[in-house]
Amino acid sequence: MKLPLVLLAAIAGLSLAGPLLAYVMGADPSSVDLLDRFAGPSAAHPLGTDELGRDMLLRLLEGGSVSLTIGIAAALAAAAVGTGVGLAAGYLGGWTDRVVMRFADGVIALPLLPLLIVLAALDLNKIGVPHALADSPAISLVRIVVLAVLVGWTTAARLVRGATLVTRSRDFVRAAQSLGARVPHILWWHILPNVMGPLVVATTLSVGDIILLESVLSFLGLGVQPPLASWGSMLSSAEELITSSPLLAIYPGAMIFLTVIACNLLGDALLQRFDPRGAIR
Amino acid sequence: MIRFTAIRLVEIVAMLVMMSFVIYALIGLMPGDPIDLMLGADPHLSAADVARLKTLYGVDRPLVERYLAWAQAALSGNLGYSRLFSAPVVATLLPRLGNSLVLLGSSFVVAFAASLALGIAAARRPRSRLDTAVNFACFAGVSLPTFWLALILILVFAQGLGWLPAGGMGGGEGGGMADRLRHLVLPVATLTIASIGGYTRYVRAAMRDALGQDHIRTARAKGASEARVLWHHALRGAMVPIATILALSFGSLVSGALVTEEMFAYPGMGKLIFDAVMGNDYNLALAALLLATAVTMLANLAADLAYAWLDPRVSYR
Repeated sequence: MKLPLVLLAAIAGLSLAGPLLAYVMGADPSSVDLLDRFAGPSAAHPLGTDELGRDMLLRLLEGGSVSLTIGIAAALAAAAVGTGVGLAAGYLGGWTDRVVMRFADGVIALPLLPLLIVLAALDLNKIGVPHALADSPAISLVRIVVLAVLVGWTTAARLVRGATLVTRSRDFVRAAQSLGARVPHILWWHILPNVMGPLVVATTLSVGDIILLESVLSFLGLGVQPPLASWGSMLSSAEELITSSPLLAIYPGAMIFLTVIACNLLGDALLQRFDPRGAIR
Repeated sequence: MIRFTAIRLVEIVAMLVMMSFVIYALIGLMPGDPIDLMLGADPHLSAADVARLKTLYGVDRPLVERYLAWAQAALSGNLGYSRLFSAPVVATLLPRLGNSLVLLGSSFVVAFAASLALGIAAARRPRSRLDTAVNFACFAGVSLPTFWLALILILVFAQGLGWLPAGGMGGGEGGGMADRLRHLVLPVATLTIASIGGYTRYVRAAMRDALGQDHIRTARAKGASEARVLWHHALRGAMVPIATILALSFGSLVSGALVTEEMFAYPGMGKLIFDAVMGNDYNLALAALLLATAVTMLANLAADLAYAWLDPRVSYR
């Protein structure tokens, strides 16, 4: 538990400190210097520069804050949506439950990446998103979060539904019902606390998956758009230069790997603490 | 059993019909429609020409009407013409599906065999050094970005050592079978490493469960050899959850194949879908996505049937 937590804290801390470091170094991650391309490590550029002469370390840190923000935001959003759906399905039961869970099964069974590529390529102007919003630089981040929620809500929904089914017939829920408690009150105070443990574990594990999804979409040119750096998009521009300067591809890939494995190990450690019998995976 | 299969098949068909409409609608929302492309290619087209072309291709009709026309043609075997490959969609699609199944099949067999060995070895001695090592390797495997792994493999084995080709499928110009196999090594390795971690964790968990059952103690008490206990008694019980999970992972395997094929320029379905979507080839993208969906759902059905076949307690009436 300690090692992954320290690793994640280090990556997150450094990424957040990126702008400060940039200020101290007197550079910023997107300042281009065509006279100083592909430079090796030096005092001015600790990890060298990339194909446009941008500082590699600062780019990596900016990519880190972008990837982590997307990963955490999307994991929380997916957990929230999934919890809502799971509570509704589990508490209402009957037809709602059957339809919703069949739908979740259907989503799980789909070949998701090919479908996500279509969704990521959609022209937002055609769906009626206002021009100003569709062309703003932040839209690529929002888009990835939305896609990750579309894929990720099923895990939380299944977990919460299962726990709700078990809990709703327990005595303390019956007692609350007979005392005239309203449904939202019962769901929030009596049922939700009973699924919090597994939900936290599943959400932690999903952060890693979402960072992987973001990196692959960005790598394919469908995720985070330049000039904003993301580990996936850095790899995408490094791919053509892999023979001449392999380090440009090795650094961002290693960062993705370290971040994702830290999330997974942390999730596993939480799993053993919250749920030693292993009902989640 | 027959009834169950029939119901599932009907469900799959219903799901495919639904998906075909959703995908049809989505693809119309992608940037650049065919008329725009023609307009870009020929600046002499006037507004009247554009209107005439729109009527000709039926773009001005409502979505549902266009979809029904497409569905009617598709049911009679006419999936249209691929803009990107200048060939009928069906003729483009089928060889690519074959190539993908070769890639997916070989990596599935390798990954499954390896994960059985690793998972069982780890489950026999929980918390041993071997178990810890396998567990950590699994985490590393599931945390690797597939495209980065492919890049590293190309860098080391194709660029650095020069042992293997960096991409393509080979087999052309008298290269024959050996050449094709050489081209398969790196893509299969990529896909295998990407999926083996998850599989091994499932195998280990299922074997731990199976080894803790009462009938295993009975078998040991009867004096059955350790090999027999492991392979005959425990594995049989463990195979039930393993089979389900493996078949359910087919969807993610298809996703992994897309990235792998793209990285190694391997002419399979995944690369085809990506190229069709990026190249605004509507007909091809639609048919290819539906085919990938159908294959995945059939794999899931196979999993359900295998489940009943492996576990006599399960019966679908």
